[in-house]
Amino acid sequence: MLIKDARLLTGDGRDIPRGYVLMRDGAIVATGAGDAVDVPEGTTVVDARGKVVTPGLIDTHSHMGVYASPGVRAHADGNEMTDPITAGVRAIDAVWVQDPSLERALAGGVTTIQVLPGSGNLIGGRAVTLKLRRRTDAGSMRFVGAPDGLKMACGENPKRVYGERKRMPMSRMGNLEVQRQAFRDAKRLMAEWAEWRAKERERLEKLAIERRKFAAEEADRKAKTDRCDAGRIAPRTCRKWKAKWAAEPLVPPSDIGSLPPKADLDLETLAGALEGHILVHIHCYRADDMSRMIALADEMGFRVRSFHHALEAYKIRQSLALRQISVSTWADWWGFKMEAYDGIQENLALVSQSGGRAIVHSDSAEGVRRLNQEAAKGMWAGRHAGIDITSAEAMRWITLNPAWALGVEDRVGSLMAGKDADIVVWDRDPFSVYASAERVYVDGRLSFDRSAKAAPWSDFEAAPDEPPPPPTPKKEAL
Amino acid sequence: MSRLSRRGFLVATLAAGAEAHAAPEEKDAKKAPPKPAPIALVGGTLLRAGEKPLPKAVVVTDEEGRITYVGDDEAQASAGTPKPRRIDVAGKTITGGLCDPLTQIGLVEVSLEASTSDQSADDEDPIQAAFRAADGYNPASSLVAIARQQGLTTVGVIPSGGLVTGQSAFVDLRGTAPEQTLGRELMALHVRIDDGAYGSYEGNRANAWLRLRELIADTRAFAKNPQGYDRRQMRQMSASRLDLMATQRALEGEIPTVLHVDRASDIRTALRLAKAEGLKLVLASVAEGWKAADDIAEADVPVVLYPLDHGPRSFAALGAREDNAKRMHEAGVKLAFSTGSSHNARKLRQAAGNAVRAGLPKAEGIAAIIDGPARAFGLEEDYGSPKKGRRANLVVWSGDPLEFSSRVERMFIRGFSTSLRSRQTALFERYR
Repeated sequence: MLIKDARLLTGDGRDIPRGYVLMRDGAIVATGAGDAVDVPEGTTVVDARGKVVTPGLIDTHSHMGVYASPGVRAHADGNEMTDPITAGVRAIDAVWVQDPSLERALAGGVTTIQVLPGSGNLIGGRAVTLKLRRRTDAGSMRFVGAPDGLKMACGENPKRVYGERKRMPMSRMGNLEVQRQAFRDAKRLMAEWAEWRAKERERLEKLAIERRKFAAEEADRKAKTDRCDAGRIAPRTCRKWKAKWAAEPLVPPSDIGSLPPKADLDLETLAGALEGHILVHIHCYRADDMSRMIALADEMGFRVRSFHHALEAYKIRQSLALRQISVSTWADWWGFKMEAYDGIQENLALVSQSGGRAIVHSDSAEGVRRLNQEAAKGMWAGRHAGIDITSAEAMRWITLNPAWALGVEDRVGSLMAGKDADIVVWDRDPFSVYASAERVYVDGRLSFDRSAKAAPWSDFEAAPDEPPPPPTPKKEAL
Repeated sequence: MSRLSRRGFLVATLAAGAEAHAAPEEKDAKKAPPKPAPIALVGGTLLRAGEKPLPKAVVVTDEEGRITYVGDDEAQASAGTPKPRRIDVAGKTITGGLCDPLTQIGLVEVSLEASTSDQSADDEDPIQAAFRAADGYNPASSLVAIARQQGLTTVGVIPSGGLVTGQSAFVDLRGTAPEQTLGRELMALHVRIDDGAYGSYEGNRANAWLRLRELIADTRAFAKNPQGYDRRQMRQMSASRLDLMATQRALEGEIPTVLHVDRASDIRTALRLAKAEGLKLVLASVAEGWKAADDIAEADVPVVLYPLDHGPRSFAALGAREDNAKRMHEAGVKLAFSTGSSHNARKLRQAAGNAVRAGLPKAEGIAAIIDGPARAFGLEEDYGSPKKGRRANLVVWSGDPLEFSSRVERMFIRGFSTSLRSRQTALFERYR
């Protein structure tokens, strides 16, 4: 399929007044300015004059599915608040694919989300990256190849949750101690594994030698037996051999190794973060809290991929940029608790201006439906304060930067040949309050079409309460 | 008080002090309050409810902080004594001040810190009718200046505890003394049936309606014979004396009664109750308002809703749709919008923009955040789009008030030129 004559906001910092996107088999095969060349015959052509085409939007912070709508008690599946460390629990195990919010997010142009456990715990568990495809199980919504995330939290939430129960942590000091202890335990487990693997390797090397010896001895005895049986050896010698063999029976070498360390899903998850194949996402508001978490990461040897909420990121933006820590935040939330008191609307623009990776996240089933508007607020807050943020840059906040934070930047997040065909066609500049996504493609499939009257995805809304159609005039009986 | 919060308090005070006239007012309250200098806004495009945009408009204010002229006669810009200060706003857009009628600005500073929150009587009693938001309103709250930065000049300040949560206030976001801030000390009596933005009454809805009817019956009995009540010659009442008096105010139509409801059936129950009891009803939240739009229009009851509320967030709001405002407008319902938020009441214009995105005519979207609240609460004499005689709450925008690209360039509240700085501006400048 070819979308042509659209303005392209590519997600990687380009703003092309007139360009095209050619997609086939779920991938972008060609894109750029002007007209497409080498368009295969039979390609469906969509004239998108006056429209704006962007990559599918990406939200690094969602609880859809784990705190599903409607918000009843039974849908509260996002916080395993039975212990401050529950690193091993997995968000994917709780995602209710019938959450009616998922489809509404797609209608807002969102194609990829990270679903995280909540922030009641210091280490809440594994986050999962999903594509907003209509499926009946979360496993097949999973973004294949995306690394898992690890959700951590600092500051007020964990100390409030557990402090109220008069148990640790009750303070920021407790927060850090419990986290430090968990990572030290994980490192010990890693050391135990390393020790066990070394021991096993040594044993197996020995075993191989012994097995070779055994095989040689066995072959030798067999050959000698054959020769004796064939009468080619003197019976006296044969008897001597057999007597010796009877005294020294052939025993195959033992293959019983030592037991591996006991499985510990929490610590194994932390080990994954320490090894770098699970990406670390930390809920953190205050600049000093973020700095302490960076110190913890340095001490333990993991890297922080993204601070989430990060309302005071602007206070330490150079250091975050230097360390390549992305900042997932809102355009304007503030004041709902003490650690959110210093939020300012220029946060995104200041982080971006300093070369940091700014990301607009939602943390809200309502906000995820208009990430474009939230980015627009951040962009204009910057511009009004004299920080020149281009539309191309602001588009990066909701596409390529979040893709990087989720470790899927090679697959999605920009209009580029070879990437997944996750594409949004907007009816106008997406940074206008009046803009709507007209069509949303996921893996090249038209997954949302504003002009079509499709039945809701969610079984929960199987019988939507639509207004009745206008009455049709009855035909007069003849 | 920690060092951090004390510093925050100082910054907020300094920001407030930056406004003209604010400091002397505090020093010597006995003296006549300072008067605003008359101004004439000239050359901008004026947007008003129910009228076509007026290019090259002239808006003139007086020393009483009232509007004396609205039109396109340039001669008016230099008429009157003292002569108004002429402010050229060619190429700009002029509107009345934005108003979010359901916030807790001035009652809540940091939501999770109980010591900074005064939005409820904080007891188990579901009947808190006597609670007055005006008594706790803090005009020095950092939220005041932050709301102004996005065009808000006026807000409703509502209580939130229990079933009958108390009486709201209508305040102008400028000044310090109550006579400077209170537009209406008692704006309305609030009853919360459903789980909207500020929490809900814990009992079930059948019990909520029952308690409400009981309160009304008791109030009627009390009103007939207050001396009897005082002499303890009456049966046990379901509410305290002050609660009964506050409820009486609502029953006599002195102040409107706001019923916060979402489900269509509750909306209809509210309409029925209001009709039977003669309440001056305002419906708030109304997620399923579109289902009962004809009934609401027929009863001529205004509604206050949050246009970004869509999708089945709760079982009472299963039918919440993004075109709720559009559908109700088409049925003839009078609309006002609210964010249901305090810290982010500033996103009111974004909320209105989204109602327009979902099909509401733009003029209606703007009217719903300027004129709608005043109309709903019977304050249109003083508040709403610029009109002769109304309070001079005016905003000069760089462009379309609903677009992100537009900013507030000037603001006047009761005729006073008002600061557009806030504690957040100070933080930005410190770290820029």
